[in-house]
Amino acid sequence: MPQNNSQTIAQKILAAHCGRDYVSEGEIVNAGLDIVLGNDITMPLAIQEFKKIGAEKVFDSERVVIVPDHFTPNKDIKSAQQSQLVREFASAFHIKNYFEVGKMGIEHALLPEQGLVGAGDLIIGADSHTCTYGALGAASTGVGSTDLAVAMATGKLWFRVPSSIKFVYEGKPQPWITGKDLILHTIGMIGVDGALYQSMEFRGPVIGQLSMDSRFTMSNMAIEAGGKFGIIEADKVTEQYLSQRAQRPYRVYKSDADASYDQVYRIDCSKIGLQVATPHLPSNAKPAEKLSHIGIDQVVIGSCTNGRMEDLAVSASILKGQKVKEGLRVIVIPATQEIYLEAMQKGYLKTFVEAGCVVSTPTCGPCLGGHMGILAEGEKALSTTNRNFVGRMGHPKSEVYLCGPAVAAASAVTGHIAIPQEVMDDY
Amino acid sequence: MIIKEKVIKYGHNVDTDVIIPARYLNTTDEKELASHCFEDLDQAFAEKLKKAKIVVAGTNFGCGSSREHAPLAIKASGVRLVVASSFARIFFRNAINIGLPLVQSSEASQETEEGDVLEVDLSGGSIKNVTRDKVYSISPLPDFIQGVIQSGGYIPYIKGQMKK
Repeated sequence: MPQNNSQTIAQKILAAHCGRDYVSEGEIVNAGLDIVLGNDITMPLAIQEFKKIGAEKVFDSERVVIVPDHFTPNKDIKSAQQSQLVREFASAFHIKNYFEVGKMGIEHALLPEQGLVGAGDLIIGADSHTCTYGALGAASTGVGSTDLAVAMATGKLWFRVPSSIKFVYEGKPQPWITGKDLILHTIGMIGVDGALYQSMEFRGPVIGQLSMDSRFTMSNMAIEAGGKFGIIEADKVTEQYLSQRAQRPYRVYKSDADASYDQVYRIDCSKIGLQVATPHLPSNAKPAEKLSHIGIDQVVIGSCTNGRMEDLAVSASILKGQKVKEGLRVIVIPATQEIYLEAMQKGYLKTFVEAGCVVSTPTCGPCLGGHMGILAEGEKALSTTNRNFVGRMGHPKSEVYLCGPAVAAASAVTGHIAIPQEVMDDY
Repeated sequence: MIIKEKVIKYGHNVDTDVIIPARYLNTTDEKELASHCFEDLDQAFAEKLKKAKIVVAGTNFGCGSSREHAPLAIKASGVRLVVASSFARIFFRNAINIGLPLVQSSEASQETEEGDVLEVDLSGGSIKNVTRDKVYSISPLPDFIQGVIQSGGYIPYIKGQMKK
């Protein structure tokens, strides 16, 4: 142990999960897991590998969570076969937290909502956006199917203890700014590999004021900068959220004041306007108002990044009494059944349908070019999702622009990239 | 193990969506996945593969999704090795876990062109560009990861551990 034994939150959580007081950056540890997650895309391969291990049971039938959310409700025969395989596995191994269509939501919105993840947890999921749970003060990261198989069998996995980057958000944010604008700006600043293998720590007065939904959005996109974790220390906002939902006791860890960081960035949020990331990298962040010349064919409001209540509330406040631009398709996807129901009760779904949007059942669908809104050659989509790689939403010659809910809803009215001020008289 | 093959060269940030587009993730069949490998990045990949079996790329290779289908598709296509300036972390884990050899070297990546012949000694820790007569050293991987590679992947490694 070095003279200065102060640690970051990432170190503390990893240390606690391998029964130690201290772990060093760069060392490889074998740590116990609180939650292990798979979906309809990654589980079929994991099941193959799980069978090769020869395990007779999963390490804990309550801590393996399976959410068929990508190609569901199933889009074709092959994906139906895959879902069937996953369903049979869930049944055979008595998986308590298997979420069938009807209960299913987009996994990274669903797990926090169901109280399955909490502060201080160590979580892996065979989905890259598993880093979302960092918003609750957890160490949580994406892995592949073989790692998932080993984790399901043993309840443990190896980790290289990451170094950390600190991002301090200060200043008074401009109107309509949500977590999406902050994280797109941040990725634009450091690049798509700016936090490769590192833990991103989001802090500062602006984060303290941020809603849980916006925090989930920020942690969700840590992977788009190559990050291993995207952690926000638990505070009153987190504790209030967890007090209503957490199914297990949780523990709040905080980075030591003198913990070491590879870099510290101070970000003046008063200077960040609404952001759009242009094709084909999430790091191509630009001010939305400078892109009003970009006409669009489709808008998507949804995904594990921006399919939560705050996103639907912001979108509905802009679309209320407005009409979708003639010739434009607007797809709204509430991320879970609970969000769907609440949006219905609050009248948001009525607002969307009256404006001319289509409202879908929860699914990852169009975000990864799966189904429910695939793009043709040459088409452009503006989307609240997380990736704009070549071919991400359909044809390899289609394009995806990434934004938050305010820009998506305003652009739904104008048919080109727009900010809310362009379509609202009294914002 | 020594791998001596011709090179197919790509740029920075080769993401998992172009390695294997999500529209093909409704199967786990390796041959089917391989038949679509790099399809959205390079339509000529399958043709190039007849003569070249090492992929060399820039920074952040394999960024994006956690789909293990990506290294599986590359391995099943017949590619024997990927050399890159850096690898995205989930792709790196997945490739090691399934036994697709990876080598990280910025220098080799920057100075190698498509069609060059590389000779890579995975155990000896060096890359030789035979075409340009240059040699680059490779920094060794942590012991644990070498153990996984020597076992032929993470599943055989874990089975070995569980027997102990």
